[in-house]
Amino acid sequence: MTAPPPPTAIAVQGLRKRYGATAALDGMTFDVAAGTVTGFVGPNGAGKSTTMRVILGLDTPDEGRALIGGVPYARLRRPLGHVGALLDAAALQPGRSARNHLLWLAHSQGLGAKRVDEVVEQSGLGAVIGRKAGGYSLGMRQRLGIAAAMLGDPPALLLDEPFNGLDPEGIVWIRGYLRTLAAEGRAVLVSSHLMGELEGCADHLVVVGRGTVIADTPVAELIARSSGGRVVLRTTARAEAATALAGLGGTVGVTGPDTLTVDGLGTEEVVRALNTGGVPFSEISAHRASLEEAYMDLTRDAVEFRAAPAPEAV
Amino acid sequence: MADVLTRPAAAPSRDGFGHLVHAEWTKLRTVRGWMIGLLAAVFLTVGIGMLGPAGSQSRCDNVDGARGGAAHATGTCAASTPPKRADGREVVDEEAFVHRTLSGDGSITARLTAFTGRYDPTGGGPATGGGTTGLADGLQPWSKAGVLVKDGTAAGSTYAAVLATGDHGVRMQYDYTGDLAGRLGPVSAAAPRWLRLTRAGDTLTGYESADGTTWTRIGSATLRHLPHDVEVGVFATSPEFSVIRNSFGGSATNTGPTVATGAFDHIAVAGQSTAAGSGADGWTVPRTGTADSGPGGANGPLGQVGASATGADAFTVTGSGDIAPANPDEGAGKSLESALAGTFAGLIAVIVVAALTMTSEYRRGLIRTSLAASPRRGRLLAAKAVVLGSAAFVAGLVAAAAAIPVVTALEHSKGLYVFHASTEAVIRLVVGTAALMAVAAVLALAVGTILRRGAAAVAAVIVIIVLPYILAVASVLPGTAADWLTRLTPAAAFAVQQTITAWPQVKAVHTPASGYYPLSPWLGLAVLALYAAVAYALAHRLLARRDA
Repeated sequence: MTAPPPPTAIAVQGLRKRYGATAALDGMTFDVAAGTVTGFVGPNGAGKSTTMRVILGLDTPDEGRALIGGVPYARLRRPLGHVGALLDAAALQPGRSARNHLLWLAHSQGLGAKRVDEVVEQSGLGAVIGRKAGGYSLGMRQRLGIAAAMLGDPPALLLDEPFNGLDPEGIVWIRGYLRTLAAEGRAVLVSSHLMGELEGCADHLVVVGRGTVIADTPVAELIARSSGGRVVLRTTARAEAATALAGLGGTVGVTGPDTLTVDGLGTEEVVRALNTGGVPFSEISAHRASLEEAYMDLTRDAVEFRAAPAPEAV
Repeated sequence: MADVLTRPAAAPSRDGFGHLVHAEWTKLRTVRGWMIGLLAAVFLTVGIGMLGPAGSQSRCDNVDGARGGAAHATGTCAASTPPKRADGREVVDEEAFVHRTLSGDGSITARLTAFTGRYDPTGGGPATGGGTTGLADGLQPWSKAGVLVKDGTAAGSTYAAVLATGDHGVRMQYDYTGDLAGRLGPVSAAAPRWLRLTRAGDTLTGYESADGTTWTRIGSATLRHLPHDVEVGVFATSPEFSVIRNSFGGSATNTGPTVATGAFDHIAVAGQSTAAGSGADGWTVPRTGTADSGPGGANGPLGQVGASATGADAFTVTGSGDIAPANPDEGAGKSLESALAGTFAGLIAVIVVAALTMTSEYRRGLIRTSLAASPRRGRLLAAKAVVLGSAAFVAGLVAAAAAIPVVTALEHSKGLYVFHASTEAVIRLVVGTAALMAVAAVLALAVGTILRRGAAAVAAVIVIIVLPYILAVASVLPGTAADWLTRLTPAAAFAVQQTITAWPQVKAVHTPASGYYPLSPWLGLAVLALYAAVAYALAHRLLARRDA
């Protein structure tokens, strides 16, 4: 029994866009499901920001379309009630206080100061909200940007590189906050060029390069695939162990003075082989790949875009 | 989430446009620099306006030493205070008038057999071209001689006249501003003019004739509150001669008095006429005096003004001056709009604020936030235009409403005479200045949207509005160039501040520098509005099409 797929909140369908000779978007297609945090990952210049601008109706694609709950952004009334976005945390009038920044944005949607106070409280900026935005650190700006995205209490959020400039505490805060938002049933699309930032946060990954989707997969599946049945073995008798396991058809690699990795054999087969051969070992475990490793595995074939990254379209 | 779905839709005023206006107002008021900029517009308008009179030195004894003492005693300069007609409009009322009293209805008839004049061809200034001194014979275009019915001889009293002019034929003129055309052509012994003016109650009707038998009606005029007894008679006068030199660096004007002499006979008064004076046949004859050729006086006196009897019912009358509406000239008082001379400075502040509200969004990337909040982009521009236009309108209204009394009071304290303007004109000045600032703000917003660069947008708008205005009014350009600038560029909108009427029956230098704009007040404003509309349409189109 599988659960019915969660409803699609944001649909990106076949976007193409060229800036002169450069194809910024080259058939970008993916969906963002409600109730999930979708990591939007790829190197700088892969088309993440351009895709987000197209979703928000800021840039017009040459081909394709993006829909929010089935409707193009431009047709939304009170759009911040449908999608909240953080594109550029630095996009602030420096002379205006952070609270007044939220206030005009609230007014544009027919919301009042009360809603501003609510999102300020969630963002943890309460003590500094009256200060001029020009004096904000990048981390404070990221929090302010997320507060602004939450003004309309939207069912979908787009966050472009929200981890940039955050201290470790801030990164932990955002991860937790994004999980909470997804748990509330919201669709969250969060872009990053560093896979590690999404560790323990994203449910789903859309990996992009050169304006197109390289992989579109649940995180759990990706990690399982990358872990690939590899077993990690800790033993002082490396040579004996290697001989015993190779005889059963396993591929043995050395990763440390007393650790080996075994591919091609299950944990139980390894234990049995070691016991049969009387090889001592202190620890045996199934390997779990990190998100970073899984990403590297995934993009190994697409090295070309790392060797010659396309310039980030602005 | 739940409350996203259940939250009642905020009452959308015109589908949310009111929300956008509210948001734009919040944006404007929450940047202190912009509010200071709008306040600066008020202070600059008033402050720069005050610089004019503050730097002016007006001492009555410089104008006329003989009257200086009296002027100091009363606090006003008699010499610089022109006479006014009943409604307060300043007039010129200097003529040689041979008159007697007519009680009730009646008429005055006279034949003008000769009409000649003299003037100084240098306009009273230093002789040009090396020594061509001497006076010239000839009439000025608006030299006048004819029959006159007047409410007494006090300067500024109402009148009607049928008169011959130097260049404009026979006219019927009344109450200083009224002017009706009759037959053209010069007057001579061979071609005399019979002139007649009849009074019936408040209605004065003018006639002319070549032979005294066949009369042609020129027109009629109603003079309100004309008393039972009026003075009737014949008069002559001749306005100043001016030499205007146009050049880069502006136009220079020399002016000097002129004289005109009319020879009248067959002077006849019908109706109950009383001999008021002691002169010949009961006519009162004006005091005789000497007309100088001008302040320089290089060419000696022009001759005697006054009148002498040349026979029964015949007089030769020589006059100098005019009987016409007066306008402020150099040294002869200030127009009311001189109080708004600082408008251009306030306008610069408004332009800066209006352009920056848009260009700073581009500079900071905030435009994306704004457009994400308002995907229908035209409405964002419209909301900004509404807010900036309104804010600039209020700033202009406050600036003009403050500048007029403040600067005028300063002008008075400096002994300057400020010309009368009707209440309607004052309201038009204040509202027009506010509208000028509002429309200019929308233009600056539109140019800011088109160019997306603050410095470029501010420079562009100043170059098309403020620069032509300064070139036109600061006497930098020749009169015709200034005229075209204030006709074709957005600077035409400054016409909304003009209070001076370019009277066709008064010869004057009609350039923007002297307060005459080629377009009417609202038409001038419409020129600016047209520029703003074109820029706005382009801005709207670009904003809708461009990637943000």
